[in-house]
Amino acid sequence: MAFSFPKPFELVPSDTKFPFVSFYKVCISLSGFAAVVTVILLATIGLNFGIDFRGGVALTVKSNSGPANIAKLRTQVNALGFGESQIQQLGSPDTVLVRVSPEDSQGGSVPLQGEELRNQVQQKIAAAIGDGYTVVDGQFIGSTVSKELLHSAILALTLTCFGMFVYIWFRFEWQFAIGAIVALVHDVLLTVGLFAAFQLDFDLSIVAALLTILGYSINDTVVIYDRIRENLRKYKKMALADLLNLSINETLSRTVMTVLSTMLALIALLIFGGPVIMGLVFAILFGVVIGTYSSVFIAAPFLIMIGVKRDWSGNQQVGGKTKATASV
Amino acid sequence: MLYFNPWKTIAIILVSLASLLFAAPNLFTKEQLANLPGWMQMRMGLGLDLQGGAYYLLELDTEDLRKNWIDALADDVRQNMRDEKVLFTSPTVVGNEVRVTIKRDDQIEKAYEKLKKFSQSNFDVFSGTPDVEVTREGKTIKLMPTEAALNNRITNAMGTAVEIFRNRIDPSGTREILIQRQGENRILLQVPGVSNDEAKAIWEDKINKPAVLTFQLVDQSMSVQEAREGSPPPGSALYKGAANSDEEGQFYLLQKRVIVSGADLVDAQQSFKQNSTEPVVTFRFNMSGSQRFAKVTRDNVGKPFAIVLDGEVISAPVIREPILGGTGEISGRYTVQSANDLAILLRSGALPAKPKLVARQTVGASMGADAIASGKTATLWAFLLVALFMVIGYGLFGAFSIVALAVNIAIIVATMSLLGGTLTLPGIAGIALTMGVAVDANVLIYERMREELRSGKSNILALEAGFSRAYATIIDSHLTGLLGGVILMWLGSGPIRGFAITLSIGIIASLFTAITLTRLIIATWLRYVRPNVIPL
Repeated sequence: MAFSFPKPFELVPSDTKFPFVSFYKVCISLSGFAAVVTVILLATIGLNFGIDFRGGVALTVKSNSGPANIAKLRTQVNALGFGESQIQQLGSPDTVLVRVSPEDSQGGSVPLQGEELRNQVQQKIAAAIGDGYTVVDGQFIGSTVSKELLHSAILALTLTCFGMFVYIWFRFEWQFAIGAIVALVHDVLLTVGLFAAFQLDFDLSIVAALLTILGYSINDTVVIYDRIRENLRKYKKMALADLLNLSINETLSRTVMTVLSTMLALIALLIFGGPVIMGLVFAILFGVVIGTYSSVFIAAPFLIMIGVKRDWSGNQQVGGKTKATASV
Repeated sequence: MLYFNPWKTIAIILVSLASLLFAAPNLFTKEQLANLPGWMQMRMGLGLDLQGGAYYLLELDTEDLRKNWIDALADDVRQNMRDEKVLFTSPTVVGNEVRVTIKRDDQIEKAYEKLKKFSQSNFDVFSGTPDVEVTREGKTIKLMPTEAALNNRITNAMGTAVEIFRNRIDPSGTREILIQRQGENRILLQVPGVSNDEAKAIWEDKINKPAVLTFQLVDQSMSVQEAREGSPPPGSALYKGAANSDEEGQFYLLQKRVIVSGADLVDAQQSFKQNSTEPVVTFRFNMSGSQRFAKVTRDNVGKPFAIVLDGEVISAPVIREPILGGTGEISGRYTVQSANDLAILLRSGALPAKPKLVARQTVGASMGADAIASGKTATLWAFLLVALFMVIGYGLFGAFSIVALAVNIAIIVATMSLLGGTLTLPGIAGIALTMGVAVDANVLIYERMREELRSGKSNILALEAGFSRAYATIIDSHLTGLLGGVILMWLGSGPIRGFAITLSIGIIASLFTAITLTRLIIATWLRYVRPNVIPL
C-alpha cells in the first residue's frame, strides 16, 4: 500500500508582515459608523420579527398545482382583517409561508384567547385561499410566550457577553477584556444591522446564530490575545504596535485556516441544508467573517488605544501607553 | 506529551471504539434494529421538525385552581356546620378567605373547635406549618389557605395533569410522546407522527377537556322557569344540557353540592345497553363513593339527579331504586367511538385546572423527511469539504485530524443516543458546524508545530512543543465557546436547544479527540515509522 500523502500546501506564508495595526484607526471609524447606522436602522424601520418574538400564526401552505400565486394569496389573506400578512416563498416555488400577527393589528381591541385565535385564523385563511392549497403545517405562538422569548433572548446575549468579559479579565487583564467586549458587541450589532437593513426574518434561530457568533468570535480573539500575552513576556522592549502586529501575523495562518474550514462547513449547510435553517446558517456565515475581522482589526489594536502593561513579571499595575515610537 | 503508557492507549482506543459502536444504531432502520441485542438499541430521538407531529405548550390556570379549592373549602365548611347542627349564615368567599358567621352565641366555641380541624396539614406530614389558617373575629370564623399550601397544591396539580395527559393521549405507552412540566404552570406536550387534523382532534378531545364529572341532585324546590327569571335558591345553580347529548337544549336547576364525582370512580368502560346495540359508558365507584351514592339514592327514590360533565348535563335519569352496588351507566347519543373516548377521559381523571394553549406547532411528516434528507446531505458534504481542506493544508497530519473528527462526530451521536437526546434540524446544523470548529484545535497544534520546526527544534521536541504550547490556548478558546453554547441550551427550546446541545457536546468532545486522540495517533506513527522529516 504505497501511498504517500502530498506535501501540504501552506496557504499563508510563515513570514507575513502585514501591518494590521496601522489600519486600526480606519477600521474603528468604519465599524463605528456601521454601528451607528445599525442603531438608526433599529430605531426607524426596526427588525422584521418572526412570530417567535411577535406572536401570531404561521402556516406553511403548499399549492396543489404549480407555483403559488403570492400576490393573490396576500390580497385574500389581508382581506380577512387580521392586519398585514407576510407571505414569502419557502424553498420551492410551490411552498409558501403565511404569517399573520393579529394581536398587533387589532390594536388591542379584542384580545382573543389562544385557541380561538389559532382556530379562527387558521380556518379563515384555509377557507379564503381555497381548494388550490393545502395547509402543511402550522405554528401558533401566543403573545405572552413571544414576549418572554424576546426577553430571554436579550438576557441570554447579555449574560454571554458578560460571562466572556469576566473570563477574559480573569485569564488576561482588564484591558484585554474590554477589547474583547468591544469586538463582541461590534459583531452582534453589525449582524443585527444586516438583518434590519435587508429586513430579513429575525426569529429565535437568529438569536441562536448570534450566540454561536459570540462563541466563535471570542474563540478567535482569545487565540490572538494568547499570542500577544506570550510576546509581551518575550519581547519586553518591543514597541506595542510592532508587538501587536507580530502577534497577529504569527497567528494569521491559523486564523485563515480555521475561518476557511468553518466556512466550508457552513457553505455546505447553506447549499444543502434546506430552507428551514437557511436564516440560521446565513447569519452564522456573516458572523464568522465579521468575528474574524473584529478579532484582527479591532480587539487587538484596541489595546493600543487603551494601553496595556508591559511588565508582566511583577504585580504592578502600570497602565498607560509605552513610550511608543509611532513606527508603523 | 508524546508518551502514552499502554493502559492510557487502550483506554483511548476503547472510548473511540465505544463511541463508534453506540453511534451505529442510528444508521439502521427500525426493523434491522429489532434484531440487535437490547443494549444496542439506543438511538437518538428525532425532533418534531424531523419526524413530523404536534407540539403544544399549555398553561394551567392556577387562578382557577385557587378558586376551586377555596370554593371547595366553603362547601366543606357548610357541610360540616350542617352536620354539627350549627346555625350559620352561608359561607362567603372574600378574596382568599372563607367567612362564616355563627348565629347562636353558644355555638361559636363549638363551631370554632370544629373548624380548627381544617388547619390540619394535608400534604406535609412532617412540617408543622398548617394548611389553612383559622381565625376568629367576633361571631365570624375565617379560614384562609396558606401560600405554602396553595403552592403545594399547584405542584401536585401540575404533576397530576402531566399524568392525566399521558393516560389520555397514550394509554398503552406505545407512542413516543413527551410530556414535561415547564416552569411554574406550563406543560409541554409533544406528539410525534400525527397529521394536522389529528393534532386538532387531540387538542379538542383530549387536552381541552377538564373532564370534571359530578353527580348532583336536581333541585325541585323551584321550577327552572322561575330560577331563570329570578335567581336560583342558595346552594343551587342553573345548568345547561350538553350539546350532542339527550339533554341538548334543556336547562336544569341542580344543587351545587356534589354527591359523588369522577374522583370516586374506580373504572369506566365502554359497553352496550342490555339487550341492545346502543353504546353506553358503564362505571364503578370506590367504597366511599358507593356508600355515598347508596345513601343519597336511598333517600331520594323517585327524584331525578343529573350527571354533569365539565359543567354541562349529559344525562338526567330518575332514581328508580336505591343504587347500592356503586355501579351505573351513562347513556345518550353515543357512538362506540365517543363512548370509548368518554370512558378514557373518565378513567384518566379530571384535570385539576383548565388548560390554556399558549403555543402550538404542527409539522407535516413529509417536511420532516425532507429535512432529514437535506440534513444528511449537508453534513456529508461538510465532512468531505473539511477533510479535503485539512489534507491539502496539513498533509498526513491533516488526515490524522480527520480520523479524530470522525470519532468526534461519533461521540456526539453516541452521547445523544445514550442520553436519549433529540436530534433536530438545527441540531444537524450544529454537528456540521462542529466539524469546522473541531479542526480548529488541530490547526492550532499544527501551526505551532510548524513554527517550532522552523525555529530549528528537533522533530520530537517540535511536536511536543506544538501540543504543550497550544494546549492552554485551546482550553481558553473552547471554554469561552462553550459558555455561549450552555447559555443557548438554557434559553432555547425544541429545535434551537437541539442545536446548542450538539454544538456543546461537540466542543467538549473535540477537546478529547483533537488533543488526546490525535496525540496518540501521532505518537504511534512516530514510533513505527520513525520519520526523518516531519511532513508538515
